[in-house]
Amino acid sequence: MGYYLGLDVGSVSTNFVLLDKEGKVVWDLYLRTEGRPLVAIEKGLGELAKENPKVLGAGTTGSGRKLAGVLIGADVIKNEITAHAVAALALVPSVQTVLEIGGQDSKLIILRDGVVTDFAMNTVCAAGTGSFLDHQAARLGVPIEEFGKLALKAKEEVRIAGRCAVFAESDMIHKQQMGYPTEEIVAGLCSALVRNYLNNVGKGKELLPTVVFQGGVAANLGMRRAFEKALGTKVVVPEYYSVMGAVGAALLAKEEVANTGRSKFKGMNVANWENEAGSFECPHCPNQCEIVEIKQEGKVIARWGDRCGRWSNVEVAV
Amino acid sequence: MKVTFPHMGSLAIPMKALLEEAGLEVVLPPPTSKRTLTLGSRHAPEFACLPLKINLGNYLEALELGADTIIMAGGVGPCRFGYYGQVQREILRSLGKDCDFLIFEPPAGDFKGLASTCRRLFAGCRPAGILRGAKIAWAKARAVDKLWQVSLWARPREVERGRTSKIIRKLYHKLDQACEMKRIRRIVREGIEELKSQAKGEPKAHIALVGEIYVVLDPFSNQYIEERLGEMGVEVSRTIYLSQWIVHHLVLPTFRLHRPNRSLGLASGYLNYAVGGHGLETVANTVLAARRRFDGVVQLAPFTCMPEIVAASILPRVSKGEGISVLTLFLDEHTGEAGLVTRLEAFVDMLLRQQRQRRQGHGILSWA
Repeated sequence: MGYYLGLDVGSVSTNFVLLDKEGKVVWDLYLRTEGRPLVAIEKGLGELAKENPKVLGAGTTGSGRKLAGVLIGADVIKNEITAHAVAALALVPSVQTVLEIGGQDSKLIILRDGVVTDFAMNTVCAAGTGSFLDHQAARLGVPIEEFGKLALKAKEEVRIAGRCAVFAESDMIHKQQMGYPTEEIVAGLCSALVRNYLNNVGKGKELLPTVVFQGGVAANLGMRRAFEKALGTKVVVPEYYSVMGAVGAALLAKEEVANTGRSKFKGMNVANWENEAGSFECPHCPNQCEIVEIKQEGKVIARWGDRCGRWSNVEVAV
Repeated sequence: MKVTFPHMGSLAIPMKALLEEAGLEVVLPPPTSKRTLTLGSRHAPEFACLPLKINLGNYLEALELGADTIIMAGGVGPCRFGYYGQVQREILRSLGKDCDFLIFEPPAGDFKGLASTCRRLFAGCRPAGILRGAKIAWAKARAVDKLWQVSLWARPREVERGRTSKIIRKLYHKLDQACEMKRIRRIVREGIEELKSQAKGEPKAHIALVGEIYVVLDPFSNQYIEERLGEMGVEVSRTIYLSQWIVHHLVLPTFRLHRPNRSLGLASGYLNYAVGGHGLETVANTVLAARRRFDGVVQLAPFTCMPEIVAASILPRVSKGEGISVLTLFLDEHTGEAGLVTRLEAFVDMLLRQQRQRRQGHGILSWA
C-alpha cells in the first residue's frame, strides 16, 4: 500500500498528512512552527518515520514550501491558494466559496464550476487571524479551545471595533472594565472579526454557497456561527479543516506523479539526515540581498534570496 | 553645482545624458536599495506613499556623495505627488541639509514658473549643449523603453532562465555609456536582435500591468514583478512607459496639442472622469486588456494611493463586466518576497486553469 505525503509549512503551524490512493486522509499531524520551520519539519518527519509509510509522492505548500520542498525532494511545491482550493474541491465538490483563516493570514477563494475564478488574501492587517485570537484568548484567561464555545453561550453580544487589532483590543478592555460578561465580549469579538474579514478580504466578491470554512480558526465555534449569521447560509467545516493545505499538496503530488511516472521524494531516510540553514548578506552590490543556504548532510542543497542569480544559480548538489 | 535627482526605473539613463551634455555635473544616487528605503522611511511621514519615501532616501544618499542641488517634478491634480517636492524640501531643511531644491511644475497654461526654474538650472550652460542633451536624452529614453518592451516579449520565451535579464542589464549599461546618436541606434538594433535570438518558446499567458506610474516603472519598488512573471512564463505588457508619458504630459501640452487619449474613453460606464494620478488609465487599460483578450491584469499601487484605491474599488465591476481576472497589489516598505510570490503564483495558476477550462469545456479537474 502506498501513500501520498502533503506538507504545509505555515507561519504558525506545520502540518503533515498521508493520503491513501483514494485520496482519503489516513494520518495527520499538526505541529506548531514556533518560528523555526526547519525544526518543525524535522520533528514531523521523525513522527512520520515511526509510521514507516511507503511514500509514492510528496507535495509541499505554505510560506515554507520551498524549504520543505528541497529538504524532502517534493514533486510539487505549490502556493497555498491552489492547495486549499484543490483540497476543498476534493472534499466538497459543490464548493463555490472557501473561507480560510490561518495563523497569520486569511484568504478567500471563489470557485465556479470547479475552477478558481478569484481570490484575495489579507494585505495590511492580521486582525482576525489565528495569532490575534490566541492573544486575546490568553488575555481573557480562556483556553483557546474553549474560546469559541464560550461565544455560543452569549445571549447578547457587545459591539467591538473590528478594523484593527489595536482598536479591537482597546474596545475589549473598555467593555471588560464596564462589567460585561466574558462570553458576550467573546461573541462580539467574533462578529467584529467576521465583519473585518468580509469588508477587507471579501470586498467586492460574491460569496455564494456552498461555503467551506477551513484553516485553524475554523475550530472556533463562535467564528463559525458569526460567519453563518453574516452570510445567511450554512458554513461547511470539513473534517480535516486544520490540515487542508497539506491535503491539497498531497493531492497535487498524486497528480504530478501520475503525469511524470516517478517521484522525486528522497525516501524516509530523510528523517535521519542532518539539516542546517544558514544565511549571509551578499556584499556584491548595495541591494545587500540576504542569501539563505540550506545544507543537508553537510552538502549545500539550495540557496536563494538573491536578485541577480549569483548564488541561487550556482550548481548545488541535489 | 552638483545636480542629483531621484531614481524611477531607468530614468537616470536619459536624465543624466541631458544634464551632462548641457554641461552640468551630475551626482547619481546609488541604485535604490534597502538602505535607501530605510533612510527614506525614517524621515518621511508614516502615511506617505512609497515613492515619497524612496525619493527621500535617494536624495539623502546622493547628498552623502556630495550633491548640492536636487531636481524634482511637481504636479497638479488630486494626487498627493503634486506637493511631494515641497514636502521633501521641507524635510531636508528640517534635517539641516543644505541644498537647492528645484521643482519643475507642469506648465498649466503658464510657462513663467517653468521657464524660471529652467533658467536657474541651466544658468551658464550653452544653448547648443542643452539642445544636444535634449536630443540624446530623448533618444536614450526611447531606446530604454524599446529594449524593455522587447525584453518583456523575450523573457517568457527565453531558453536559459535569467538570460534576458542579464542581457537587458548589459544593454542598459552600454546605453548609459553611449554619447552619440549613431551608437545609441546601434545598441538598440543589436540589442533587439540579441534579445530575440535567445527566445524560442511560447508564453503560457499574457498579463497586462496597470497602475500608478512610479511603482509600474520602478522594479525595486514593485519587487521586480515583470521579471518574476516573465520567468514564470508569462508575457507582460506594461501599459505605461516613460517616453510615452513625456509625449503625453510634457511635449504635447507644451505645444498646446492635447491629443485626446482615445483609450481613456474605454473606461466610460465604469469611471467617467479623471481621479488623479493614473486612476482613470488603470480602469481604461483594464478594459482594453480584456478587449485584447489578455488572460489577466495586475494592478500595482503604492499603499495609501488614493487614485488607485478608487480604481481598485471599480475593477471588480470591470472584471465581471468584461470577463477578465484582476489582481491588485498594494506595495509598501515590505521587502519580504513570500507574500508577493504566493499571490503571483496563485494568480498565474488560476489563469492557466481558466485557459484550460475554456479549451476543454467544463468539468475537468486536473490541477497539475
